[in-house]
Formats: sequence, C-alpha cells, structure tokens
Amino acid sequence: MKVRLLYFAILKDITGRSEAELTLPEGTLAGDVWTSMRNQYAQLAGYAQPPMIAVNEAYARPETRLRDGDELAFIPPVAGG
Amino acid sequence: MSYLTDSPIDSAALRRQVMRDSDGACVIFEGVVRNHHEGKRVESIFYDAYRPMAEKEIEKVIRSVELDFPGVAVAVLHRLGQLGIGDISITIACAAAHRADAYAASRAIIDRVKETVPIWKKERGPDGEEWVGWQGRC
Repeated sequence: MKVRLLYFAILKDITGRSEAELTLPEGTLAGDVWTSMRNQYAQLAGYAQPPMIAVNEAYARPETRLRDGDELAFIPPVAGG
Repeated sequence: MSYLTDSPIDSAALRRQVMRDSDGACVIFEGVVRNHHEGKRVESIFYDAYRPMAEKEIEKVIRSVELDFPGVAVAVLHRLGQLGIGDISITIACAAAHRADAYAASRAIIDRVKETVPIWKKERGPDGEEWVGWQGRC
C-alpha cells in the first residue's frame, strides 16, 4: 500500500524534504514509520517516542493501522500563538 | 473562512467581524513577536504550519470555546511565514454582552491554540536559529 508522509518544521529540516510517498506492507502502524525514520536519521535516534501523529489531518495514536492512500504526518511540539 | 494568513493582520477587521449591537465588551488579544526568548536575543520568527489540519484544529478550538462560553462571538487569525519584531502573529477577537465572558473566552482560545494547533516557530537571532520546543525534548 502507498502512504503519503508529510514533514514539517524540524522534521522538514532534518530530512531536507517536505513529503515522501512510502510503499508499506499491509498492517503497518503509524508508530512503525516513526521507528524507521529514527533508524534513517541520526538526529532522531534519541527520540524513542514519536512526536504527536496525524493521520488524514486528525490526531491519531501510534497504534493506528495505516491504510492505502492515507496521509501521515509527525507533529513536532507545536508552538503557535 | 480561513484562520491562517500570509499577510499582516488587521486586528480592527476581526473586531468588526465579531461585534453585535448586543455586545458590551470586546477583548482583542494580539500575540506579538518579541526580541527575546529564554534569555536569548530574537531578531525574527518563521512560522510553519500543517495548513489544512491547522485550519481544522483552530475551528475545533473555536467551537469548544463557544460551547464553554455561550453567546460569545469569536474571530481568530494566525499569520504564517517570516515575521519581524513587533509583528502580530495571532489576533483573537471575543465579543460578549459582559466583559467577564469576553476575557475568559479570549484566554481559553490562546491557551488551546498553543496546545493543539499544528503550527511551529523557528526563532532566528545572532546565535543562530532554533525550532521552539524541540530541543527541550532531548
């Protein structure tokens, strides 16, 4: 299945991109994607727990099972206002 | 209706959006870029957002505050992009028959926006730049 992953703020700086299309096995959880990102980028190695997670523009838990066509984003600590 | 803008905010326009003849109070809150943060000098701030989700989350904040303070009229506009010292980053306008509800609703909105809305700021100063809130998690 294909999932669109969006990068914002610090994650956009670390990865050098604003989005990616991922091809994932069925049954992948949102938190699994964070784990593979941590393995890929040394700057994230210390972050065992993901930041907040959004699936299809709504907050979701790391155990959320992803589906084909989902839009996934990791939400670093927000600082609006 | 958008709660995000890339242009300077005109707070008077938000006041005009909310005021009704039955209102006896209007509280305007402006968040403003200041020249310091935790002892460091700040020269500018860059605001980034997950725009469609930020719109939805601000909408949720407004709906929740309208439920908590029935009868209060609310308008919110958050600016994104590169802002300088003294620029308004957010304006919240709350109109109500009496001042207590207008003050309380205004406070509730800014507190909830800071908790849930996916907006981020990168502070730039003489010592470099930093995403606010990220370093503290290490």
